[in-house]
Amino acid sequence: MDLSWSEAEETFRAEARRWLEANVPHDIGSGDTRDGFARHLEWEQLLFEHRWAVVSWPEAYGGREASIWEWLIFEEEYYRAGGPQRVTQNGIFLLAPTVFAFGNHDQQDHVLPRMAAAEDLWCQGWSEPNAGSDLASVRSRAERVDGGWVLNGQKTWTTRGAFCTHLFGLFRTDPDSERHKGLSYLMVPFDIDGVTVRGFGRLDGDEGFAEVFFEDAFLPDDGIPGGPVLGEVDNGWRVAMATTGSERGLTLRAPGRFKATANRLVDLWHDSPGGRDGATRDRLVDAWMRAEAYDAFTLQTVTGIDEGNEPGAESSLNKIWWSELDVELHRVALDLLGPEAEREHAWSKGWQFSLSGPIYAGTNEIQRNIAAERLLGLPRVKR
Amino acid sequence: MKFSLGEDRVEFAAQVRRALEDGCTPKDVRAAWDGDLDRGVWQTLVDMGTTDPELDWVTRVAVAEEIGRAALPHPWVETAFVVGPILGDDLGAQLASTDLGTEGQTLGSQGLIPAGADADVLVLRWPRGLVVADPAQVAMEPVETVDGARRMVCRGEVRDIRDDQFRETEVQLAGALGTAAVLVGLGQHLLDTTVAYVSEREQFGQPVGGFQAVKHHLADAAKDLAFARPVVHRAAYRLHTDDPAAAVDVSTAKALASDAASLTAEVALQCHGAIGYTIEYDLHLWLKRVWALSRAWGDATHHRALVADALGLHAG
Repeated sequence: MDLSWSEAEETFRAEARRWLEANVPHDIGSGDTRDGFARHLEWEQLLFEHRWAVVSWPEAYGGREASIWEWLIFEEEYYRAGGPQRVTQNGIFLLAPTVFAFGNHDQQDHVLPRMAAAEDLWCQGWSEPNAGSDLASVRSRAERVDGGWVLNGQKTWTTRGAFCTHLFGLFRTDPDSERHKGLSYLMVPFDIDGVTVRGFGRLDGDEGFAEVFFEDAFLPDDGIPGGPVLGEVDNGWRVAMATTGSERGLTLRAPGRFKATANRLVDLWHDSPGGRDGATRDRLVDAWMRAEAYDAFTLQTVTGIDEGNEPGAESSLNKIWWSELDVELHRVALDLLGPEAEREHAWSKGWQFSLSGPIYAGTNEIQRNIAAERLLGLPRVKR
Repeated sequence: MKFSLGEDRVEFAAQVRRALEDGCTPKDVRAAWDGDLDRGVWQTLVDMGTTDPELDWVTRVAVAEEIGRAALPHPWVETAFVVGPILGDDLGAQLASTDLGTEGQTLGSQGLIPAGADADVLVLRWPRGLVVADPAQVAMEPVETVDGARRMVCRGEVRDIRDDQFRETEVQLAGALGTAAVLVGLGQHLLDTTVAYVSEREQFGQPVGGFQAVKHHLADAAKDLAFARPVVHRAAYRLHTDDPAAAVDVSTAKALASDAASLTAEVALQCHGAIGYTIEYDLHLWLKRVWALSRAWGDATHHRALVADALGLHAG
């Protein structure tokens, strides 16, 4: 047990803190509107120029080869400085780990640096109108033809799809297959014929969602250098599960974000005129403690990863914890604000966003099933 | 950065677990309700070094979790976490216990002394602070409590005390941390035995553990225990390294462990159904310990109030 940071890690932290404090933009609005997204892209490009966009990646792709500990430190400093949401995150945190694990050299050399530089903007194409929690019932299909694939079907709930240039997702490549079999993981540029993207409003009104229609869209084999299929054809489920691990677990949700929110909640308590009763204080401290617990749990998990253990079904507990924590942090904030909570501001916006946490990345009901079956070993039978 | 107990501590805790599997069975816990505390298992724990005042805090919490898992009835936290380290003496095979009085606070055991009649050394609240007393000099009345294995007594007249004095803060931190770790162990036992039970018990032609309602209860208990445990470990480490953050960490640990164990106790009883609601079945031995310890050394609300003060949050 050693909870101290090395000198090199402290130096890294100091450098990140200095740069972020000097450069983090404030008031650039939501990244889930067309205008806001454009402003966020400028920020993403600045991050890339100064090699802060993908700190843990190889230098050749724009990173700093930072260790997983340094990555955690960077995230903590990023949110401490009040850094905005990362509109490139679905590419960087979901697709990229899969490209590193399953991509060939050409795919890696092409996809990764352009993603880091926010030149190609990736959105996730998994969910469909009839494949939500039950992701294995994906129906969108890709038919093999001479020189490429013909895509048909519909994806939905595609975050920031209307502003992105590329989609990664699951398509049924074996027409006779069912469920988890016969799926392939494809990378699709949006500029091919036969693709229609329609943005629509989320709960908070921002155009953060899109549905994507494929109508005999021809995806050429050279649409992505190295080919559009990630991993083996018909083996997409296994490839995709590598990214769900990232989404549920560590990579998308570093503790820094929740600790920063918890500390802002403490500031809000001091600034708020009313609602400072003992009961609200008790809930505030409980939420603050849960953010601390998330931090300690993460350090324990990362130690395991550092020692070569694969994070397993614990990542389901992790996902339930951070998503419910985020809801509670914002709920307490709104209670402190009282009638002021009705106004549009960062807390009311954050509240609405937090409510998506227990739904996306596998609903918390699904996560509880996974934890019960794979972690506790309870029987998988008819429910 | 290395956030793990390390192999040596894990191995030591495993040895303690094996010793308690033999030396502290549910039958032994029941014996404490109306018989004597078994000194044999206590001697084993002393011989293994679990009460060594030189032990570091992180090792102590690793052991404390095993103490909780076995629902050991002896005042091990009072001895190994509180009195031993603070006196700095090797207590040998002596049992120590504490009565931290009330002073309007929900601390300690509110004038009740765990295993008071069995103890060889006592630490008591005295007008000028905490002091050591010889149990022979203290009048005691047995008290009926919900968890009979705690063998609570109520303190009467104190005829004489020794002149040692302790810093209240250290005592409170040690007691709360040790109890938090014991609660994680109690909760883990309740979770494990409930998982085993619902995997076997069949209704509607299948194990009841196959139903989502049951799965979700148990997943929640597993989650809360899994997140309380590293907080307990970090608090122990911070106490070990004299970190100023230790007090807030210990309160966070006690609050989260109290809540996690309490939730697990409710879930365990509900998932067992009627069989858990009997005195013949062993489940209640752990449930009642959770009810007692979740409130001993400050309940969750008390520790949240301490952290609120540390964060400068003043109500009203």
